[in-house]
Amino acid sequence: MTPTVSTLAWTTEEVRVAGSSVRLRTTGRGAPLLVLHHDIGTPEQLPFYEALARRFTVLLPSHPGYDGSERPAWMRSVRDLAVTYQALLAARGSADVSLVGLGFGGWIAAEMATMSPRAFRRLVLVGAMGIKPAAGEILDQALVSYIDYARAGFADQAAFDRLFGADPPTPQLEQWDLNREMTFRIAWKPYMYNPTLPPLLEGVQTEALVVWGDDDRIVPAGCGEQYARALPRSRLAVVEGAGHLVDMEQPEALAKLIVQFVAES
Amino acid sequence: MHLMYFTEQPMSAYPADEGRKRGATALMFSNRHFDPVAGSRLYNEYLEHYRLAEEVGFDGIMLNEHHNAPFCMQAKCNVFASILAAVTKRVKIVLLGNPLPLADNPVRLAEELAMIDMVSRGRLVSGFVRGGGQEQLATGVNPAFNRERFEEAHELIVRAWTQEGPFRFEGNHYQHRVVNPWAVPLQKPHPRIWIPGVLSKETIIWAARQRYPYIALSTAIDATKKIWELYDSVAAEVGYTGGPENRGYLQRCHVAETEEKALANARQFMWMQGEFTGLAHPVWSSPSGYFSPSYRKAFVEYAVGRGSNPRAASFEDQLRDQQIIAGTPKTVLPKFRRLLEETRPSILGLWASDGFVSNQDATTCIRLLGQEVLPAVREMGKELGLWSPFEANAPVSISQPAPVAHRNGA
Repeated sequence: MTPTVSTLAWTTEEVRVAGSSVRLRTTGRGAPLLVLHHDIGTPEQLPFYEALARRFTVLLPSHPGYDGSERPAWMRSVRDLAVTYQALLAARGSADVSLVGLGFGGWIAAEMATMSPRAFRRLVLVGAMGIKPAAGEILDQALVSYIDYARAGFADQAAFDRLFGADPPTPQLEQWDLNREMTFRIAWKPYMYNPTLPPLLEGVQTEALVVWGDDDRIVPAGCGEQYARALPRSRLAVVEGAGHLVDMEQPEALAKLIVQFVAES
Repeated sequence: MHLMYFTEQPMSAYPADEGRKRGATALMFSNRHFDPVAGSRLYNEYLEHYRLAEEVGFDGIMLNEHHNAPFCMQAKCNVFASILAAVTKRVKIVLLGNPLPLADNPVRLAEELAMIDMVSRGRLVSGFVRGGGQEQLATGVNPAFNRERFEEAHELIVRAWTQEGPFRFEGNHYQHRVVNPWAVPLQKPHPRIWIPGVLSKETIIWAARQRYPYIALSTAIDATKKIWELYDSVAAEVGYTGGPENRGYLQRCHVAETEEKALANARQFMWMQGEFTGLAHPVWSSPSGYFSPSYRKAFVEYAVGRGSNPRAASFEDQLRDQQIIAGTPKTVLPKFRRLLEETRPSILGLWASDGFVSNQDATTCIRLLGQEVLPAVREMGKELGLWSPFEANAPVSISQPAPVAHRNGA
């Protein structure tokens, strides 16, 4: 298994965008890659980021209202969040950016792609929420504890233990609670999808890679097929030995897929 | 004093072992365990209890509602309020209350309440609540906007009651093209609004700012005193002096002919393991965004089984702290005196029985309360100057005067 201890040096800044302060971390060198984290937030040090930083300039914002970014009281939808990131990229003068959306972040990335059908270099969606499953349901975190929800994202529970500890400390729970509250504020109903997203995905000209863990118990694998069908220039890849949190469970395999896919462009 | 009768309307006729096996009797505890034959019997028994409560001298009947749980059969307090409006003659109908955030159309609520007020000939007291945590999930309402929706729905209802229509309402959570209900309350300026609560400081502060009586739900005496300290300090800030007319308390109190029987029946207050929202599931009872941010640490620890329920206490602790009073009419009176002397409420709800207390014992309890406890408590209230909002003819709110049509009401 992959070691979990890494010491990636991030540059952290607070960026004013859409009336609030967004925490943005950057690291690495190369073509710009905007990485959008899960609804549970993200640890700062992950082997996945380390692998990406070898090839890309990684931009890792904490979503507004998550992980220490200020909560924008006005925000009411994931589309609002997507527009906010468009503004963030514009403010920084970033161009030719590739998007990597992880789970909930995949939904944000998909919304961003529909807004700018040709602007992004590549689009990578990993276990993305955002589409109503044709069969099954997206696991509703409102009904399970913070720990059970995060654990459900792993195929191998030992991977959870390594990252968060077998019994995560209370400050982690408080952060998960704050993140969950923000998720409720923008994705409560319908829960974790946008009914108007699928038809709009048809207009996306960006080449897309849709990735799913082979043991995703949070978003049904069928959603991957639905995304792949809806996005005109897309292909689907499955990562073995991974649950929903593919980046945390199989970082090298996922990073390799992304490096190859973005390098092709 | 204003003395009210209260029951949670427990759906006791369900297989308790199934509940214990499931570990939680709210929200996801299947309604296949609900027996409508027993439900029909119980509803009618509770209705008889309310009639008896009026007969034996209670001033008011307090109603509430909850969803998806056996600990409370009322899914809509306005239904029983409507029935009581017709079948009782004298008692105030005190709703504590309608859960405002659960309403998608507060104007509809304003209409229902106005109808109840008119049918009852002006006997409605319309309390409002936020609703329990699992109620947000049961009704699909966003817990993260619970307080915002509460405050906005309240504003809309009071305006619908007091401002001539038609008018337009454009809020953050409620938008109404036309507000012009043709049912308006009989009581002017509007029915009294009382706010019950148990834990959230935000609610106490909000009620005090509105000058609405706050009804502390079975808190321990020391905690109740802290509530009044906070309430009174906010009252002073906004320019009035808090007093007994602003203070209500819900006292669990079971009386019987003998101490032993009273104590045995009082244990039924722990029927749902002593938790007022039932055998609560820690995650469902405290969805993110619902609880007070000042208690975030305590709630997240509770949610993962690391801390105890911030709302719960043992039977023995609750007896000691007088959150539960049990005994014969004679032995409970000194406890009432202590409660009244130390916390000085003028509104007192008596939650008389819970769980599996038999119909006969519940009925006896109401009779004993009426015949032997209420008169003595009333005398204590007079002696201590605990004048209810009706007796004191207190203003209806910070911005509305005392009622005109019901001056010097009971």
